[in-house]
Amino acid sequence: MTSNQYAVILVYSTSHALRAEKVLAEVGISCKLIPVPRHLSSDCGVCVRIQRADQETALESLEAARVEIEGIHEI
Amino acid sequence: MIYFDNAATSWPKPPGVAKAMVHFLNDVGANPGRSAHRLAVESGRIVYNAREAVAELFNAPNPLRVVFGSNATEALNLALCGLLRPGDHVITTSMEHNSVMRPLRALEQQGVEVTVVRCSPEGFLDPADVEAAVLPDTAMITLNHASNVVGTILPIAETGEIARRHGLLLLVDAAQTAGAYPIDVETDKIDLLAFTGHKSLCGPMGTGGLVIGERVDEKRMELPKRGGTGSRSEHEEQPDFLPDMCESGTPNAVGLAGLEAGLQWVLEQGVETIRAHEVELTQRLIDGLGDIPGLAVYGGLDATRQTATVSFNITGMEPSEVGLRLDEEYGILCRVGLHCAPAAHKTIGTFPVGTVRFGLGVFNTLEEVDIAVSAADELAREA
Repeated sequence: MTSNQYAVILVYSTSHALRAEKVLAEVGISCKLIPVPRHLSSDCGVCVRIQRADQETALESLEAARVEIEGIHEI
Repeated sequence: MIYFDNAATSWPKPPGVAKAMVHFLNDVGANPGRSAHRLAVESGRIVYNAREAVAELFNAPNPLRVVFGSNATEALNLALCGLLRPGDHVITTSMEHNSVMRPLRALEQQGVEVTVVRCSPEGFLDPADVEAAVLPDTAMITLNHASNVVGTILPIAETGEIARRHGLLLLVDAAQTAGAYPIDVETDKIDLLAFTGHKSLCGPMGTGGLVIGERVDEKRMELPKRGGTGSRSEHEEQPDFLPDMCESGTPNAVGLAGLEAGLQWVLEQGVETIRAHEVELTQRLIDGLGDIPGLAVYGGLDATRQTATVSFNITGMEPSEVGLRLDEEYGILCRVGLHCAPAAHKTIGTFPVGTVRFGLGVFNTLEEVDIAVSAADELAREA
């Protein structure tokens, strides 16, 4: 894995992550739910990992579907 | 054997329900929304899919505002006790189940004012009577969509109009209709929809929930329980967002897997198709029972204005005896007595004796209805 290939979207809960996953799938963005990296949050839940190149489209789609996010970070 | 107790719980279930639950227990198993490994995510996905299916069926715009719990009773308690405060006035009807009446009577002791609008002896509600009961402090109208005693459908959309006009919340108890009668939270103007999973949604017992509309400010909800949610674990304070704030503790994920399968089955059949079948069965039952001398059928006697639940009594024979003999001599399983709804029985004039209740369901047939009518006829002749 090359570094800085991905971005992770932090959301409020697993339910939000699963909703985000569906919304992103609808616009053709592949994502993976992964544990929240410890350095980003002490939360024990999941976050949504996407390709960095998809960041902009992903954020627009999530906003349009009114899925609230806590933040986005490149990893 | 003929199962006519679908108003208590539906049976049998579509085959996919047990299959989904077995799959969950054997192949998934993990705690949804807690860990982040593949099985936990898969488990979370199953629960989330159930949320989406609920939202689709009731046309709710946001699946994250579908909160799961054990049953409709828990959902009704969450809505009533969570939102009503001392000094508030709430309007309900005389056809309610104790799942609404008991929380309201308890709230009354704490200073909530309760008005019970009287329904007709057939079990119908005039929306004008609801509007006439509105006071300056009225905060909410709560009513069942259909009576669990006589099946009569209450005018939720008209009541929703009244609620909007006066700036009130509308809470609907859909225990008897969800999955059997069309419900659209947008056009019916429902702010809070309490549903159970184990009746016409064809899921297992121990599942149900509350659909919370955008007009409800969840931040002011008093929560009946707090605890682990798998989110915001660094904080000792309860999360303030849906659905997590209302779902502390490990959920009944295996039950929700079954509910999801039940919901998919209902969506595939279509509620309109299910409804048409049940109307046909119900009218046949009402007409058949209505022809029997010495037998009184309650309600509006019009299948298009009620669910597939029909209550009756045989003159000269206690409901308990009718129920026992139907079971032992005819293999017909039904419910007798007061059906947890004393106010409804007072309204239709069957308190405290109660009724014999046939709760038909989507898997019943016209042939079964005819057999049951013959059985009731034989019992009425002996009474």
